[in-house]
Amino acid sequence: MTASLFRDILRVTGEHMLIVAIAVGVAIVLGIPLGIYCTRNPRAGRVALRVIDAIQTIPSLALFGFLIPVPFIGGIGMRTAIVALILYSLLPIVRNTFVGIRGVDPVVRDAGVALGLTSRQLLFDVELPLAMPSIVAGIRIATVIGIGVATIAAAVGGGGLGTFIFRGVAMVDTRLILAGALPAAALALIADVVLSAVERKLMNDER
Amino acid sequence: MSSSIELRGIEVDAILRGISLRIGAGESVAFVGRSGAGKTTSLRLINGLVKPSRGEVLIDDIPLARTDLVALRRRSGYIIQGSGLFPHRTVYDNVATVPRLLGWDEPRIKDAAGEVMSRIGMPLEKFGARYPRSLSGGEQQRVGIARAMVANPSMLLCDEPFGALDPIVRRELQETFRELRSDATIVFVTHDLAEAMRVAQRVVLFDDGRIVSDTPSADFPKQQLPLVRQFVAAASLPS
Repeated sequence: MTASLFRDILRVTGEHMLIVAIAVGVAIVLGIPLGIYCTRNPRAGRVALRVIDAIQTIPSLALFGFLIPVPFIGGIGMRTAIVALILYSLLPIVRNTFVGIRGVDPVVRDAGVALGLTSRQLLFDVELPLAMPSIVAGIRIATVIGIGVATIAAAVGGGGLGTFIFRGVAMVDTRLILAGALPAAALALIADVVLSAVERKLMNDER
Repeated sequence: MSSSIELRGIEVDAILRGISLRIGAGESVAFVGRSGAGKTTSLRLINGLVKPSRGEVLIDDIPLARTDLVALRRRSGYIIQGSGLFPHRTVYDNVATVPRLLGWDEPRIKDAAGEVMSRIGMPLEKFGARYPRSLSGGEQQRVGIARAMVANPSMLLCDEPFGALDPIVRRELQETFRELRSDATIVFVTHDLAEAMRVAQRVVLFDDGRIVSDTPSADFPKQQLPLVRQFVAAASLPS
């Protein structure tokens, strides 16, 4: 491996991590409140969950394609890639926030209300802490999926490790494909291990 | 300080069909009846967890509709089947819940928690740092009682608190509960008549969303109502 290829791999890996980090970060900021909203308004919540479920079924390459002509968020480049990844990352985060809060023992919630917690205190002191392992699991799934899907972002000029993979496919060069695929796989594994550990830690804290 | 409680012409859709009842300050009353008779719903009306479709609830002669429910709940203790302890909080933090909501300072909370924990036989030094999951069912329920009583509530609402416990532990907790006998007004929901007579001075019998009998505990078994006879027979009271 030449030194310049190695430098390129490092640079593109960094780019890849940046795309996923921004997308998952935005998805967390949007997704957790949306998940909470779904628990508070079951009817609207069902609709919202159905919609983000549907987004998930769009093949990723098609989703990138659909976004290209959309003004402001679309076009060719990293921005489109990030928007598509946010849409993909929303589902596991919203759903796991929803499921985590709904999974809180009704007796515990009842006791909280009856002891005089306001609905805000109930949310922040009881429901969210108890839902946290589930929410972190959602973030982990979003991150791992995001790292994989982000490789396709190169198709719309989004950069990242997919750049090597697409170039490798076009040139029928297995080494180039591997130069993109191996770091992506490694990133996904590392993210999975680290976030699983966080999840377990939170579970233990709950006893 | 204890509160009076009044239910006036209460109806709750398909559950309660016209309940009127006055409980004086400092009284202890047991609600008994079969499952689905309306006793838990009646209890939950008192702290506003259930809203009546008709009629009104008055605490200290003030309608609940004109009361700050959160403030009312902070001065009522609530003990529930399965304890409802916060699993992510230590025993101490659980017991400190209401005092913290009331804005007490930490030394005062520590004193009050230490006192109530010693009264339920679980010294704070030994149990304070434990998590609920490391306690037995009976111990969890004791902590539930401590959490409800730590801030000297003016009423104590108990919903089948000992329902999930084995008979021996259940008996122990009834004793603990009797010995604790605060000056709070007590409403105690149970389907166990023996328990009702042990913890309360007055027994109110619910059937199909109505009150069918309301007597001092000692007089309850003397009634000839068929449902009363059934309860007495099922409870196998000492004659």
